[in-house]
Amino acid sequence: MNLTKIRKDVAVVGAGMTVFARRLQETGKEMSWEAAKMALDEAGLTLKDIDAVILGSAPDAFDGVHKKGDWLLDGAGGTNKPFMRVYTGGGTAVFAPIAGWWHVASGMFKRVLVVCEEKMSSVQPHAQSAFAHIWDPILDRPLKPNLVWIFAMEMQRYMHKYNVRYEDIALVAVKNKRNAVGHPCAQLADPNITLDDVINSEPMALPVRRLDISPPSDGASAIVLVSEDVAYEHTDTPVWIDGVGWCIDTTMWTNRDLAFPKFVARAAKMAYEMAGIKNPRKEIDFAEPYDPFDYKELQHLEGLLLADPGEAAIMTREGKTQRDGEFPVCPSGGLLGVGNPIAATLGIKIGEVYWQLARKAGPRQVKKDVRTGVTQAWGDLMQFSAVIVMRRR
Amino acid sequence: MSKSQKFGPPLNPRGRRLEAKELESITHVRAKTPAKYAWAAGTAMSRFLEELKNGKIIGRKCARCNRVLVPPRMFCERCFAPTTEWVYLPGTGVVETFSISYIDTNANRIKEPILVGTIAFDGAPPHCGIMHYFGEVKPEELKIGMPVEPVWKPKEERVGSVLDIKYFRPRQK
Repeated sequence: MNLTKIRKDVAVVGAGMTVFARRLQETGKEMSWEAAKMALDEAGLTLKDIDAVILGSAPDAFDGVHKKGDWLLDGAGGTNKPFMRVYTGGGTAVFAPIAGWWHVASGMFKRVLVVCEEKMSSVQPHAQSAFAHIWDPILDRPLKPNLVWIFAMEMQRYMHKYNVRYEDIALVAVKNKRNAVGHPCAQLADPNITLDDVINSEPMALPVRRLDISPPSDGASAIVLVSEDVAYEHTDTPVWIDGVGWCIDTTMWTNRDLAFPKFVARAAKMAYEMAGIKNPRKEIDFAEPYDPFDYKELQHLEGLLLADPGEAAIMTREGKTQRDGEFPVCPSGGLLGVGNPIAATLGIKIGEVYWQLARKAGPRQVKKDVRTGVTQAWGDLMQFSAVIVMRRR
Repeated sequence: MSKSQKFGPPLNPRGRRLEAKELESITHVRAKTPAKYAWAAGTAMSRFLEELKNGKIIGRKCARCNRVLVPPRMFCERCFAPTTEWVYLPGTGVVETFSISYIDTNANRIKEPILVGTIAFDGAPPHCGIMHYFGEVKPEELKIGMPVEPVWKPKEERVGSVLDIKYFRPRQK
């Protein structure tokens, strides 16, 4: 693998995102347009300046319309341009930006727009009916599974193997829902939430309770990526994508030890090597890992080699991962606080790292001076991960 | 704090919050997508299902890495080589992980929890097995590492489905 001789450095110069909520009125296309326009406006560009467009969106089953790529095309600004849709489940939020990155890094395109959209409210009565189609039809579906089951099983395995307490995991939900206060797009911000609220929330699939889970949502997010050749024409504060990595484990999830996400570590090592990071704990200032469940933030921090297995829970208990802590994690409020319109979480992952490093995060700005951030998303049948390292120079 | 405060509108709502029914009545079109499928069980899984009818759990051995793959596959995804041999497993194993679910497949709440998890089979590599239900055990007694055995449906009721196993229970002997 060549992780050093990339032709062009790639910078983020603009980002946008819509309110995350159950948005019954707007179509996915309308939300895509809203987010894309915001990102272009922040970059000071119009669609004419854009050479190619990447669209990220999760299962077609949410919309009941196949080929969601061209279904959303007009809203994403891809008409009459080189255009592609990428999809890696929840991983799309960070993988679509990686697809945008290689378009620019190859030297082929100077300015690329990446738009991610999700509208989960169309499917009736609940997004679960679409999730039901994720399972293996022969082995799993006869058991009438609910998607939450596999996460509950993974969480149980994680707690067991690394001796992690449920109370420490629940603290992640408290932190992120509080962090989301001040995020203009947040669906589940709660300034007063307590540990007891999470612990006493109704059981879903134990050990998972209602407040351990991020909610289904509708929304869209977008970023503008540009080549080093033009970055400073658009802004004085470009934020550079210095490392990317992605990796997928086997679909045979009942053949894996679910306690440690090896595929996250592989993706992270790839991104760190490209970014020249030798000691991630020392060289990275904050993280936006994927947090659709509270335990996932911990497991992902460990997969990202920012904590030893089980240690992320202790860091959380000690307050180190708070926004003003020594290693802020999910200062955006994450999926738990802002919401989980699957692919559209781009706005709270790479979007947040961009806003933090460009010092544009407003009330969410972390206290310490941050120069290097990492973001990560996780998807497919809990087997895929994409990682991006970003820096302000 | 009351429930409505907790799950109320976002802090910075744009516009008026619309009730779902109010909006749907004028802005939505309802439709069903009637698609039906006949999935191939596949070379390996067909044999697996056939043996379930006989009350047996089988795996497929990769001659290169020596793993016994359960569920069986005709090729090893790691070695990218054909698997070569059927292996009969005792059917017993341990609880690899589990959940006590108060929601059904459509996210409806249920009173009696479903006990579900994965079983790591004896005779297979560590952590390898299938997902299934647990029975004849109280939720609070279910533990990772607990030895379990399958409880089969009566032979005449088996149809070659993963449901030919009713559930796994704590091993009796």
